[in-house]
Amino acid sequence: MAQIFKPIDNTFFRGIIVGGLLLLIGWITTAIMHQWSSSQTGVGIPLAQPVPFSHEHHVEGLGIDCRFCHTSVEKSSFAGMPSTETCMKCHQEIWKDSPMLLPVRESYRTGKPIVWNRVHNLPDFVYFDHSIHVQKGIACQVCHGKVESMPLMRKENTLYMGWCMSCHEHPGHYVALHQNNQRQPPKTPTEMSYKPWDPNIDPKRVKEIRNCSACHR
Amino acid sequence: MDKHEHFITAEKPDYASIDRSVIGIPLEKGFRRPWLFVFAVAFPLFIVLQISIFWLFVKGVGIWGIRIPVGWGFAIINFVWWIGIGHAGTFISAFLFLLHQPWRAAINRFAETMTLFAVMCAGMFPILHLGRPQRFYWMVPYPNTMGLWPQFRSPLMWDIFAVTTYFTVSLLFWYTGLLPDLASARDRAQTYWKKRIYGILSLGWRGAAVHWEKFNTLYLLLAGISTPLVVSVHTVVSFDFASSIVPGWHTTIFPPYFVAGAIYSGFAMVLTLMIPVRKIYHLESIITEAHLDVMAKVTLTTGLIVGYGYMMEMFIAWYSGNLYEHFLIKNVTTGPYGIMYWMLILCNVIAVQILWFPQVRRNPVILFILSIIFNIGMWLERFVIVVVSLHRDFMPSAWAMYYPTVWDWSTYLGTIGFFFVAILIFVRTLPMIASFEVKELLTHEHK
Repeated sequence: MAQIFKPIDNTFFRGIIVGGLLLLIGWITTAIMHQWSSSQTGVGIPLAQPVPFSHEHHVEGLGIDCRFCHTSVEKSSFAGMPSTETCMKCHQEIWKDSPMLLPVRESYRTGKPIVWNRVHNLPDFVYFDHSIHVQKGIACQVCHGKVESMPLMRKENTLYMGWCMSCHEHPGHYVALHQNNQRQPPKTPTEMSYKPWDPNIDPKRVKEIRNCSACHR
Repeated sequence: MDKHEHFITAEKPDYASIDRSVIGIPLEKGFRRPWLFVFAVAFPLFIVLQISIFWLFVKGVGIWGIRIPVGWGFAIINFVWWIGIGHAGTFISAFLFLLHQPWRAAINRFAETMTLFAVMCAGMFPILHLGRPQRFYWMVPYPNTMGLWPQFRSPLMWDIFAVTTYFTVSLLFWYTGLLPDLASARDRAQTYWKKRIYGILSLGWRGAAVHWEKFNTLYLLLAGISTPLVVSVHTVVSFDFASSIVPGWHTTIFPPYFVAGAIYSGFAMVLTLMIPVRKIYHLESIITEAHLDVMAKVTLTTGLIVGYGYMMEMFIAWYSGNLYEHFLIKNVTTGPYGIMYWMLILCNVIAVQILWFPQVRRNPVILFILSIIFNIGMWLERFVIVVVSLHRDFMPSAWAMYYPTVWDWSTYLGTIGFFFVAILIFVRTLPMIASFEVKELLTHEHK
């Protein structure tokens, strides 16, 4: 009876086994890397906006407080987006003929709000409340990064659930910034004067807010 | 060796005739008529399964009849039923191997294969019953973006581990046992591709003494690993119920009684499948009436344990003096689903008594019919446990009835279609009897 296999076939099948394993490892690695890459999370990628609004210029350059535009951040779950009137308060006077601001003037004239592209977009099944976090002394920067140095708004963090949980497991690292080994109220980009760090905050209570229904209501 | 002689007929097949009849089946050309007939029934059902699953993915679990308070319906009934059926394989191949029961040789391959396919059918249901079946992998503990582990305190999580472990070990055990027979198929194959395919699958088995030595060690080790799984898997499945507080579920007798029920239904399914197969492929000289007899005895024994379980369940419910447990007895026996309970008693407690008669245990036709009755009985048992306990629990204002929809039935029947298609393909492509073990039996006999 003729041989079914040649000696080279051994090498071939060993290659298949090793190659298959490598392929599997490679596939898993790629899947994990993809999950954490910017293409999936959107971290660090500025979105195109109808008006190229620069936080860097307005916050760092002009020293405008966050709450000047995001008015409801201390009182509501939603931080709030400025109305066109808020923009026009200044831009009636300055840069009033700038072609960049054409959509703002257009919106002001027609009364139709500007449609911004949302950078921090949580899924609809997540309930997040800005007010409690701000009231308890979480600086804007902790989540949104150094907005004062972003010419165009971009995400600083993934907003993955694991990221929420990392803070709720170790709230102490985020509630108060450490400076000279002393717990200090957070410094905000504009020296925001909101009720700063609550020295009575109990990390245990923050940790308790980890049940599913806290956010998935 | 009197002990072994019962399991080989008077014809005393020699090695070559065993090879011809066992290894010859996957190598033969064309299909036998009964094979084609069963395939013609099973394959459309398999298509029905695919349609049902497709529609489930489109519409969600709302297409099923599950409505609160009966949040667990057919999916869980079928899961428990299938996984129970899967228990015969490991029991026969591992338990009986360690106990040196020679009669397992003729049926272990078939039972193991049946186990694999039954576990596949079982595994489908917990995935399908999820709200988002495509996210089933969330149950697996892996580094995820949610920064969460699955709920390890939930018996449903234990299910994942129990079932996947069971499947993996069963698969390894099954494949290891196949190796010498795959090599036989390779050696007997006539065409180039059959030689190549069986050659690849047999992983270079040459039947050398060193191969056999390693094979025997590995086989024994795997049998040792599998043995605890015979009891662990269905114990964990029973925890799904027993660790809750629902009357009718909250019972300490569940683990042993589930395991006995699993082996009972598993043996019933082996009988359902083996009796026609042995007839169609003329294997009566290898799977003898003595085999049917012992299988029927195991079925009888486990059936009696199950009957004892029913009795104790009722007794303890009464003895507890608990109002809700008392109501459970009343509701199970005389409630709207009372007929299901009495049917189940008829199938699993009364019908099984017929097996006391040796003539019945050696009569393939009656055994075949009985085995189907037992499997229906076991399905009814799971129905009674799942639905009847849930539909009337503590609060009468929340009571409701459960009605399965056409999609419940199509998914269930579809898995039966899948199961039979898989079994048919197995029968046609792989040696369904561990021929080398049967030959080993012959050697013992000649001594």
